[in-house]
Amino acid sequence: MTDVPVGERKQLAPPVDDSGPLGWIRRNLFSSWGNGITTVVLIAALAWILSWFLDWAVFTANFTASTGAECRGQGACWALIREKLRLIFFGTFPYEQQWRPLLAIIAMLAMLITTSDRRMWRPWRLLAIWSVGSFVTFLLMFGQIHIPLSLFLAVALVVGGVGLAFRQGIGTPLEMNAYRALAAVGAVGLVLRFAGILPAWKLPITPFSYVETGLWGGLPVTMILATYGLLFAFPYGILLALGRRSNLPLIKGLCVGFIELIRGVPLISLLIMASVMLPLFLPTGVTFDKFLRAQVAVILFAGAYIAETVRGGLQSLPKGQFEAADAMGLNYAQKTALIILPQALRVVIPPLINTFIGFFKDTSLVLIIGIFDFLNTANQALVDPAWAGYPGEVYLFAAFVYFIFCYSMSRYSKYLEVELNKGTRR
Amino acid sequence: MAAAAHDLSKSASVITLRNVNKWFGQFHVLSDINLDVKEGEKIVVCGPSGSGKSTLIRCINRLEEHQAGDIVVHGVTLSNDVKNVETIRRDVGMVFQSFNLFPHLTILDNLTLAPIWVRKMPKKDAEEIAMNLLKRVRIPEQALKYPGQLSGGQQQRVAIARALCMRPEIMLFDEPTSALDPEMVKEVLDVMVELAREGMTMLVVTHEMGFARAVADRVIFMDQGEIVEQNEPEEFFANPRNDRTKLFLSQILHH
Repeated sequence: MTDVPVGERKQLAPPVDDSGPLGWIRRNLFSSWGNGITTVVLIAALAWILSWFLDWAVFTANFTASTGAECRGQGACWALIREKLRLIFFGTFPYEQQWRPLLAIIAMLAMLITTSDRRMWRPWRLLAIWSVGSFVTFLLMFGQIHIPLSLFLAVALVVGGVGLAFRQGIGTPLEMNAYRALAAVGAVGLVLRFAGILPAWKLPITPFSYVETGLWGGLPVTMILATYGLLFAFPYGILLALGRRSNLPLIKGLCVGFIELIRGVPLISLLIMASVMLPLFLPTGVTFDKFLRAQVAVILFAGAYIAETVRGGLQSLPKGQFEAADAMGLNYAQKTALIILPQALRVVIPPLINTFIGFFKDTSLVLIIGIFDFLNTANQALVDPAWAGYPGEVYLFAAFVYFIFCYSMSRYSKYLEVELNKGTRR
Repeated sequence: MAAAAHDLSKSASVITLRNVNKWFGQFHVLSDINLDVKEGEKIVVCGPSGSGKSTLIRCINRLEEHQAGDIVVHGVTLSNDVKNVETIRRDVGMVFQSFNLFPHLTILDNLTLAPIWVRKMPKKDAEEIAMNLLKRVRIPEQALKYPGQLSGGQQQRVAIARALCMRPEIMLFDEPTSALDPEMVKEVLDVMVELAREGMTMLVVTHEMGFARAVADRVIFMDQGEIVEQNEPEEFFANPRNDRTKLFLSQILHH
């Protein structure tokens, strides 16, 4: 080492690597004899499998046959998918009305895609997107919606109450008075409604013919069960996770008991209980739609799993974060909403999306109580004797559609991790 | 240094501890602590590790719960009443050894969070106060960065500014320089000295004896959960009376 003063030494460039695609190939694929042989063997195997698959799926495939018999002796019988496409996607929804579930799928996709944009993550924007999106979706699916007076009153009460709680000391006097008025109208109205003084009026919206949930099927069913299942299971799972860490023994005990109970039984048994046993306990005359019961079972089940995932995130936070929030005088709700959850949920994005993907696929278990989700309507396409003998094509197609959804969620999880940790990475 | 020259005898007590006791399981971490802190007084608490000094100041804003005795802050007696605890926490700022900034918020948001949500201050006013405080701790240019992008010394200065944003009347410091690299200790101590000169009531757990000499009105030495000795800094360092104090001082002053 020469005695050059510190700071005046020549800065050496890092060693030059053999860069470029050829360099990459040499370094990674052919760095040694063993590596080279492995590469050659694997590429040969891949090429063989791919050529076989392409031959079956594209070159000798039949896209135009009008019965299964015409496909005999050839490659994939994609004509079957073409023929049964509407059955697979929309199930037993009235044939001439099937543009409605198609539009419902588009509405839900639009709702999900706009929600995934971080700029939309403002309470009022999300509320607007989801109320409009959900209204359009269910109006298209049902065809007719009757909104009871009590729902309007309940919404007024909730909006007023939330406004009063969160804008206290921030909002202008006019704004606060509006919340007070809304809450008062809602509360008084609800009391009068249940006392029987206000009539059981309903706002009828009836642009299309009514289609009951028993006729729904296919992709809209899968999407509704998964979307609304997770929409409700998510906040409810968070509450369970917070409850499990509560200092109050009763709340903690209830949450632990609930989580363990739900996690300890298969989803199928929960679905059967919801469809067969629940009606037995209800008073005569009171009925819940089968679809709604399945939806509730999915929510309960997903909630317990989400709770455990979120708890992992809560436990990963250093104690100092809780103490700092306490020392500043934040109350429990503020501490949880502003400090704890934003950090805990960032940590658990990968396992959370993992849970979501799992539940998207688990919704096909509703077959057990006679609801036809996407996988089950695909199954229905195989029943037709004219097209017997091509289960591979149908399941491959169904798998492809599931894959698009699940892979999108997986990519989104990746994007979210990067996006949310932008400033906080060192 | 003439820091202790101003007359505290006429000031009112803002913190009073009477026969405070606390146990961690079987371990008696605070035994019969009696302490009066006058308005504007600066107290440095020192002692070997495990002596209960951190626990003592953490009891004052109830990050730890004491099991016997009374703690009165600003005339409010600490009890299990959440309202009392929140009132006290609003008026008592705290700075931690490990900074405890909120990593998901920018520096500015770290500062304005409590004023906006606890004091219900309009966002604009809170940001103005925050920027002024960031200027005071000499890092206004970092306002829009995240804590992870700052050095330890800068983070601790932000933490001090964050506590000051609530306009507290008392500041508690729990070993504020112990987690810092040596070259960053001074920048934090400078801010604390400045704060002391402005008349803030301060309770500081630290081993920075230079700081104690410069600003403390009183140095308290704790060992095994007791206040062993307390005195004005000159007297404390020149003529420690208790043997445990002498041993401790010899250990930290001559390594």
